Amino acid sequence: MTFASFVIQLLNGLAAASSLFLVSAGLSLIFGVTRIVNFAHGSLYMLGLYGAYSLIEALGRTPLGFWSAVVLAALAVGLAGVVIEVVVLRRIYRSPELFQLLATFAIVLVIKDVALAAWGPEDLVGPRAPGLSFPIEILGRGIPAYDLMLIVVGPVVLALMWLLLARTRWGALVRAATQDREMVGALGVDQARLFTSVFFVGAALAGLGGALQIPREPATLDLDLSVIADAFVVTVVGGLGSLGGAFLAAVLIGVAKAFCIGFGFSKLTLVVEFVIMGVVLVLRPYGLLGKAPATPRAIGETPPPLGPPRRWPVAAWLVLFALVPLVGDRYVTVLLTDIVCFALFAVSLHFIMGPAGMVSFGHAAYFGLGAYAGALLFKKAGLPMELALVLAPFVAGLFAVVYGWFCVRLSGVYLAMLTLAFAQISWSIVFQWDELTAGSNGLVGVWPSAWLSGKPAYYWMALALCGIGIAILWRALFSPFGYVLRAGRDSPLRAEAIGIDLRAYQWAAFVLAGTMAGLAGSIFAFSKGSIAPSSVSIAQSTDGLVMVLLGGVETLTGPVVGAAIFTWLRDLLARETDFWRAALGLMILLIVVVFPQGLVGGLAALYARWRPA
Amino acid sequence: MTAVLQVDGLHKAFGGVRAVEDVAFAVSAGELLALIGPNGAGKSTCFNMLNGQLEPDSGVVELEGRDITGMSPRAIWRLGVGRTFQITATFASLSVRENVQMALYSHAGKLRSLLSRFGTALRTEADALLDQVGMLDQADRPCGVLAYGDLKRVELAMALANQPRLLLMDEPTAGMAPRERVALMELAARLARAQKIAVLFTEHDMDVVFSQADRIVVLDRGRVIAGGLPAEVRANPDVQAVYLGSGH
Repeated sequence: MTFASFVIQLLNGLAAASSLFLVSAGLSLIFGVTRIVNFAHGSLYMLGLYGAYSLIEALGRTPLGFWSAVVLAALAVGLAGVVIEVVVLRRIYRSPELFQLLATFAIVLVIKDVALAAWGPEDLVGPRAPGLSFPIEILGRGIPAYDLMLIVVGPVVLALMWLLLARTRWGALVRAATQDREMVGALGVDQARLFTSVFFVGAALAGLGGALQIPREPATLDLDLSVIADAFVVTVVGGLGSLGGAFLAAVLIGVAKAFCIGFGFSKLTLVVEFVIMGVVLVLRPYGLLGKAPATPRAIGETPPPLGPPRRWPVAAWLVLFALVPLVGDRYVTVLLTDIVCFALFAVSLHFIMGPAGMVSFGHAAYFGLGAYAGALLFKKAGLPMELALVLAPFVAGLFAVVYGWFCVRLSGVYLAMLTLAFAQISWSIVFQWDELTAGSNGLVGVWPSAWLSGKPAYYWMALALCGIGIAILWRALFSPFGYVLRAGRDSPLRAEAIGIDLRAYQWAAFVLAGTMAGLAGSIFAFSKGSIAPSSVSIAQSTDGLVMVLLGGVETLTGPVVGAAIFTWLRDLLARETDFWRAALGLMILLIVVVFPQGLVGGLAALYARWRPA
Repeated sequence: MTAVLQVDGLHKAFGGVRAVEDVAFAVSAGELLALIGPNGAGKSTCFNMLNGQLEPDSGVVELEGRDITGMSPRAIWRLGVGRTFQITATFASLSVRENVQMALYSHAGKLRSLLSRFGTALRTEADALLDQVGMLDQADRPCGVLAYGDLKRVELAMALANQPRLLLMDEPTAGMAPRERVALMELAARLARAQKIAVLFTEHDMDVVFSQADRIVVLDRGRVIAGGLPAEVRANPDVQAVYLGSGH
């Protein structure tokens, strides 16, 4: 490594860091004040890129046109943030945190289709920055002048934000609300206006981050989730709510990525940021410059007691499900196979995020790894299909042993983001290890043995195995082990004070849930005959979250109902319209606003109200 | 009579602030010792070094002659120390009986089971403990809906579940109505004396302290400034100066 190449890569990294910082700063600001983890923040960044592209086309490729376009795009995205806050989020500030998360997922779906409708599915390559496209020579290498300008943007925005927060009344309110939202409310500050303005600034920062990238990267529809993953990592590494931390983390990660590319380890780029995050979180659980979150004053709504399932209704449903292939057609059988796989997936996710209180943003890791393990044991190791199918969950379980060990050391949002990081690491490995996993193409020819090759036969096998999996998880919830998990969620302090090694139980719960998700994935892989990296993706993880939250995280049967409805709806909508994501998103938003306890919870509440006294 | 809890030369500083300096005292079986002092005197710091939440800079904490300094809260509980918290900590989504059963299961080493049904065992034992604290009639209600005073009673039942030798009660009556306070502490005192449990408690309510404590230790700015029988402490001019100001 020569000194020159070192400097060049450093500059590349710093240029990339600026946009990363902008989008993360916005995310951090919004979270600090509203306590909403805005999953749609990456979508706002994406809108910034698309918006800048169109505005430049409209205003002309001149320096004036370019810069007006960038600024206008940022402001427009800021307004989009205001619309989101006023139309959706304001109605659900009193809902449980997870429900707000569900709403932001739905917004991701809607924005993706809005972008699809407005700009089409093709990648859009923007123009180079007019007036700044010439290279500047540094140590014998050419660096685009625009990149050097970007390096300056990050610190400038940091300074401006700092001034805004330190020197204005608005900034004082934001800082106060970040520290103690209740107190700010009690002092008579109009929270609705504060939240709206924070959303405007946060969204505009994301939009600016996106717009500034137009000369450097094409506008594509899958930026939303990849950017939100990056932004999560940066905010968590820097410390939630810390602008300086976000800047530091953005620089660290931007530079680390640039070095990976610059020195021929480009395969590592996807992994490196998550490795950094893992290391930082283990050493400094609240990020580089973050502080331990203040314990909320009110303990909040405690989850209601959970009742064990009643045997007869469950048995009746099982029989009903088993009978369907006898009357239904092939299509229905295939759909039901999907539903039972996702039911087990959702129940396993619910197991750790509901009763155990550990929200996972990356549960697809175990689903996907189970799927790949099944396919690889079958195709590469030459095991019989039945053996591969049954062994695969344990491979996923082994990953859960490793990932879980780190995860149970954290709690709350930090825990959730670490799970996302591990899922993303898994995805990168699967995506990049061409020789083993066939990369983006995925593995094909993963078919079940002859006796299971009929769709009804496979469905019955899937129903039986997933049923057993769900039965084990439900049984465990009402065992002493499951009670420890619930007790630990309710009061870790008390659990410790009656001699319970909570982490060990939480770790075991992680492994059990991961193994069961692996089983779901393995059954899924053999039902499709192929497996692609999307089974490990963030989208798959969020699908699981939506299923659980849709059904109701505080109920036992909710995740099963959520999985069935979500899978069926998605299938139905995907056949009816190209814009099924937006349709699904809008339906979720409707449900969120009407049934803040999830479908099963909401119906139970309705039933309780109308039941004769 | 040997002490159940023996504390010697306890020190703890946070940065430059010496929160606890050279604190020493002992509690015997069946005895109630109150640890009092004005705000910031070091009571909580002291307390947290006994229950394993904080590690002292120096000094020794002995439980029945065994050095437990710096052990984890879990390990200390296993050796027979029960605790109640200043702000109640119970399992809100579990019923009152299940809360007590959790402690009993943990004491019996029965929590590791994955397939047996929780709650079928140790039910009579749990009900006996709930009966002692007068909460049996609410055994099936979830803790999340209980009145604050009732939660304190549940905590007491949980603290007694491992048949402790020592009970640590951090502000046991904080947040309760005045009449309930004395009643709760009377209950704790009665149970402790009957079962020969040593009790150390911190408390702001002087009615509770002087009516229930056998002995009192007074902390001020991290140091023990007085100790002895309630009457002696009441008459101590240093204590009066700390509580009432030096003008008296």
